[in-house]
Amino acid sequence: MATQHSRSAARMMLAPAVVLLLGWMLVPLIMTLYFSFKKYLPLRGGDLGWAGFDNYVRFVTSSAFWPSVQATLIIVGGTLLITVVFGVLLGLLLNQPMWGQGVVRILVIAPFFVMPTVSALVWKNMFMDPVNGLFAHLWKFFGAEPVVWLSDASLFSIITIVSWQWLPFATLILLTAIQSLDGEQLEASEMDGAPVLKRFYYIVLPHLGRAITIVILIETIFLLSIFAEIFVTTGGAFGSRTLTYLIFQRVLESQNVGLGSAGGVYAIILANIVAIFLMRIVGKNLDA
Amino acid sequence: MGQIQLNQVTKSFGDVQVIPPLDLTIEDGEFTVFVGPSGCGKSTLLRLIAGLEDITSGHIAIDGADATNLPPAKRGLAMVFQSYALYPHMSVRKNIAFPMRMAKMPEDEQNRRIEAAAKALNLTDYLDRRPGQLSGGQRQRVAIGRAIVREPSAFLFDEPLSNLDAALRVGMRLEISEMHERLKATMIYVTHDQVEAMTMADKIVVLRAGFIEQVGSPLELYHKPRNTFVAGFIGSPKMNLIEGPEAQKHGVHTIGIRPEHVQVSKTEGTWKGTVGVAEHLGSDTYIHVHETGLGDLFTVRISGDIPVRHGDTIFLTPDMEQLHKFDENGLRLP
Repeated sequence: MATQHSRSAARMMLAPAVVLLLGWMLVPLIMTLYFSFKKYLPLRGGDLGWAGFDNYVRFVTSSAFWPSVQATLIIVGGTLLITVVFGVLLGLLLNQPMWGQGVVRILVIAPFFVMPTVSALVWKNMFMDPVNGLFAHLWKFFGAEPVVWLSDASLFSIITIVSWQWLPFATLILLTAIQSLDGEQLEASEMDGAPVLKRFYYIVLPHLGRAITIVILIETIFLLSIFAEIFVTTGGAFGSRTLTYLIFQRVLESQNVGLGSAGGVYAIILANIVAIFLMRIVGKNLDA
Repeated sequence: MGQIQLNQVTKSFGDVQVIPPLDLTIEDGEFTVFVGPSGCGKSTLLRLIAGLEDITSGHIAIDGADATNLPPAKRGLAMVFQSYALYPHMSVRKNIAFPMRMAKMPEDEQNRRIEAAAKALNLTDYLDRRPGQLSGGQRQRVAIGRAIVREPSAFLFDEPLSNLDAALRVGMRLEISEMHERLKATMIYVTHDQVEAMTMADKIVVLRAGFIEQVGSPLELYHKPRNTFVAGFIGSPKMNLIEGPEAQKHGVHTIGIRPEHVQVSKTEGTWKGTVGVAEHLGSDTYIHVHETGLGDLFTVRISGDIPVRHGDTIFLTPDMEQLHKFDENGLRLP
């Protein structure tokens, strides 16, 4: 019974949680905004007063800005493409009855539990190392010159590493979606004369629409801010500097908090632009 | 056209044989109903005919041509599923058009058939809706529409009415019967509801554990059940089957008498019993009689109303003309 009394009691009891969450979110945001208008160089004099929009102008006009936005979008887009496509295929595969299904499913999910730093180091040293890496040995076995992955194909390498981490997530969600498909629908379409590929295109894929949307939205949130994979592999070199990484360099390597904070505000704007586009493109799938 | 012939068809899942060797011919234009208790293999049999399950041995011929190894789409059959199996992301129009699109039929022919089907099934106003926005009965009609437009040689129905409420079920039953009269197409209909079987069928196939117990017209099954299983399954309420001394008086193992073939009196009759529950349907009254000394509960059906109370003593007289006799194997004696 929601009487006037119980409603106000509920508000009272919710208040601490709401205030805490609000504070958690608002304090860092306001501090970022505050510092972005400051000339603040911790090792070179500290707080040097207000800077107006100088930081914003400097951040955008820097030659590193647009390439970093581009790198961010390529990594996010590439990873999304790979995880969704292979997630659907792996989901279909794992949905087939087979021997050792339970073990295989756990193995498939395993990469998701490996910490980003660790998995990036494993990839860097065990697979992509131009001298001792597995890929180098493979290339040499076929008589080819080993590829120096992290410098010659840095973006591709990072996309590979990140996709490897996120593929299990996509596979898991898409597998459960595939399992919820009504078998009679597939049988009906089979009777209606649809061969395997058309059944996939007309029945399975539309059924997966909502799950794919969720995978894309959630992954985008996390992929826009990937950091560890770049930090331990290329260190932002060879065109693999994302917006997040650029901000890190501005704050910690150049010791310029004001400039980095301005970059942080741009990152928020970029994330919102991406979010608006995504909701326009795939958001309609979420309506029942 | 649509004659379907099953020749020594069997089906096993692993070591379990669900359909023992089975022969059956379904004539062109016939409305055949497969009926039986759940798990008797009737749906499996339908899926074998549809091609959704592979048969283990034997042959299926459609219109005289061997179809044993044909994929479902090539058999020219259309199926209506229990869950309707409509495609939820497509409009009604696209659902109905789907089989024609897959067959790459010209657009204007598609539209002509959709309009015709929609008109026949009262779906014209709903063509642009999604299945999720339709009621159960409408979804059922869309599923039938999707089957009709292919102009199949036979329609297969897998318990199509079991998800509908009682009133709609009666309505749809009539519509499907009406459709059969109009199209003169072969139809195979699976149900566990003997009322649907009796009202719709030209030919009923009674199945038990994969075996065909009897094939015949509804009235044949009603008047001349071949064994006690068919006798008990066809007809509502169930036939009273009596074993023991009372049956031996007639020189047989079991006698059967339908509830509607028993006269009821308060003063005199062949058997005496105590009234249990009386179900008053208005037009009929079903009386469940206890303590008759004839074994199980005895049911009688009388037209109209009768003033009996729980616990009253009642006398029953069977109509000897309508007595069914069975031997110790449950088979009918003449």
